[in-house]
Amino acid sequence: MPEVTMPVQQSIESRLANAFPGDHLVVENESHRHNVPPNSETHFKVTLVSPAFEGRNRVKRHQAIYSELSAELQGGVHALALHLYTPDEWQARQQQSPDSPNCLGGNGK
Amino acid sequence: MDINESIKSQLQENPIILYMKGTPQAPQCGFSAKTVQALMGCGERFAYVNILDNQELREALKVYSNWPTYPQLYINGELVGGCDIVLEMSESGELSEMVKAASASQEEAGN
Repeated sequence: MPEVTMPVQQSIESRLANAFPGDHLVVENESHRHNVPPNSETHFKVTLVSPAFEGRNRVKRHQAIYSELSAELQGGVHALALHLYTPDEWQARQQQSPDSPNCLGGNGK
Repeated sequence: MDINESIKSQLQENPIILYMKGTPQAPQCGFSAKTVQALMGCGERFAYVNILDNQELREALKVYSNWPTYPQLYINGELVGGCDIVLEMSESGELSEMVKAASASQEEAGN
């Protein structure tokens, strides 16, 4: 099986790792659960634990990520589930982030 | 009316308003479906806008709120968040508290 490169996933990972150095970063490509061709990079879920989120409310945390990933969001990324925690919150959640909802068909972008 | 003015007046006139893909009865996206489900679970009336029906609004609201995706829930004119945030607040009970408070203050105001 030929190796499939995932450039968008890699760029999301490296941008976030640089901007929010922290304890835990998982970027999952959930595109296969949606109504898009195989090997698409359209739907992602990010779980990120960083002290950078201390003192920022939920909206501001999300906006910080959106601004870091604006190029990807203006490109082909259509859905970005974000689960953003401080180290203490992550411990309190027993290091679990919620599942994303399943696709309902949608209408492209 | 300028699109930003109509966004402002929608937010002002509706203490609880959800911008979503599709309608509460027929959501067109899993994230919108989950969000509207959580909101309906609070048992209060809310307004919604199907952004798939209004391309201009769809683009303008992203800029207005500095939030690039849908759904977007607003309570008392403030962006509460999208699906991830709404579900988290629903689990913790914060959502229901906030929705009930917004709804109660609307009734007091005689709207």
